[in-house]
Amino acid sequence: MDKSALKISNLDVHYKDFQALWDVSLEVAKGRVISVIGANGAGKSTLLNTVSGVLTPSEGTIEFFGEAIGGLPPHDTVHKGIALVPEGRRIFPRLTVFENLVMGSYTPRTRPKRDETIKKIYELFPILKSRHNQMANSLSGGEQQMLAIGRAMMSEPTLMLCDEISLGLAPVIIKSIYKRLAQINQDGITIVLVEQDLKRSLKAADYAYVMLEGKIVLEGVPSTLTEEQVKKAYFGI
Amino acid sequence: MEILVQQVLNGILLGGLYAVIAIGMSTMIGIVKLINLAHGDLMILSSYLSLVFMSWLGINPFWSFLAVVPAMFFIGYFVQAFLFNRVLGKEMEPPLLVAFGLSVILQNFLLLVFTPDARSLMTDLAVMTIPLGKSLNLPVLYLVDFLIGVGVILALHVFFKRSYMGRAIRAASDDDQGARLMGVNTKGIYSYAMGISMMTAGVAGILVGMTFTFYPHTGPQYLIIGFGVVIIGGLGSMIGTLIGGFILAEAQLLGAQFVGPGYQLLIGYLVLLIVLAVRPQGIFGKA
Repeated sequence: MDKSALKISNLDVHYKDFQALWDVSLEVAKGRVISVIGANGAGKSTLLNTVSGVLTPSEGTIEFFGEAIGGLPPHDTVHKGIALVPEGRRIFPRLTVFENLVMGSYTPRTRPKRDETIKKIYELFPILKSRHNQMANSLSGGEQQMLAIGRAMMSEPTLMLCDEISLGLAPVIIKSIYKRLAQINQDGITIVLVEQDLKRSLKAADYAYVMLEGKIVLEGVPSTLTEEQVKKAYFGI
Repeated sequence: MEILVQQVLNGILLGGLYAVIAIGMSTMIGIVKLINLAHGDLMILSSYLSLVFMSWLGINPFWSFLAVVPAMFFIGYFVQAFLFNRVLGKEMEPPLLVAFGLSVILQNFLLLVFTPDARSLMTDLAVMTIPLGKSLNLPVLYLVDFLIGVGVILALHVFFKRSYMGRAIRAASDDDQGARLMGVNTKGIYSYAMGISMMTAGVAGILVGMTFTFYPHTGPQYLIIGFGVVIIGGLGSMIGTLIGGFILAEAQLLGAQFVGPGYQLLIGYLVLLIVLAVRPQGIFGKA
């Protein structure tokens, strides 16, 4: 295995009095696709939000290519090369598609290459190019998800965290989005997928973690995990 | 006939001034969702600042732009950073109360320092006119108000459409957490937005000070003009603010002409009410 892109050790995260993550440790090798699955409320989004700096850990360390980044605010983690495609997309509805993408390259590191990166993203998602000057709120759900991914790509990340990107989308759209993710991964970007959809994300991933009630309860290479094992871990029965 | 043309002309020119009074308020309401009740008082504060610089350095009001506009940026930045940012995003009332408190404090501060006497920013332009017909004249000071007002609005439009910071301010207003994930420090960005809003108030304050007399308590009068313009033109629309300024100014001046000078304000508010009844979101506002 290459050097790990992301290494989380013994992570605890609290929302005030409520502990959402318990002693979570995981490692993501550079260039891989890792899947974190689990039911609603298992702590998957909390995990991603903590890595990107929206939440701060109360215990444990997060290392990004060997550098401690735990507790850094999002504008620092973005600058270092971590992009989060957030749950619910969080695109800017009253900005145009183009302006949304421009916002993706807000961090000064990426501004000089902005136009070049936009061109690349328009090649990856041609539908966005045809919607260039449209307000983002006029896009369909699938297009909005593509915009959210494209916008995250604008920050030229080395690690992309995707939170529930298939939620509420038609299977044919999900398939096409996962195809694009594979392309993005082939360009050398490490990807962490968080999904409730077991099958799809297990198929796409090189390694998987199953979370239950804020803890990691199962991990392994997807092909070696049996369906029964995963289901047991997923539902906690 | 020429009198009518004169009033229409004056209305257009005055409308440019009304628009620049309103534009800072309109952007803060539309983008940061903050109703700054102290906008008028901060504007009058900049009129007094200009007065101070003028008597201090012996300069004319136009040179005072160079000092007052940057000073107002910093005042706006710190007012937002230390007052409004603490209460934003909770409820509707706390920011309103903070703004109202700031308004009262400013008025009394100005009263204490400058006494209740009427002041104005003296300029030779006030008496200059460009003759256009037998009795038709273009008042130069109104023309300057108009040109600067329109210029400020155009500059603001370009800033919000084309600059990274302008887009970031709009993005933060659309989705705060989304903007943070893009690397925007959203609390900081609202302070810049207020700083920019206060720069426009600084320009408006000097123009108003040159055109009319002002007292420590004049602020709310302009706040109401600002509100009128925002309501007529529609929230968050730069063009709307400009058109709103024209309509309110025309209504006031033509009302004074046809109904009587005492009815100037009343006619302005009547037009405001009509717009509210027919198109509550404003002429250029989105429903």
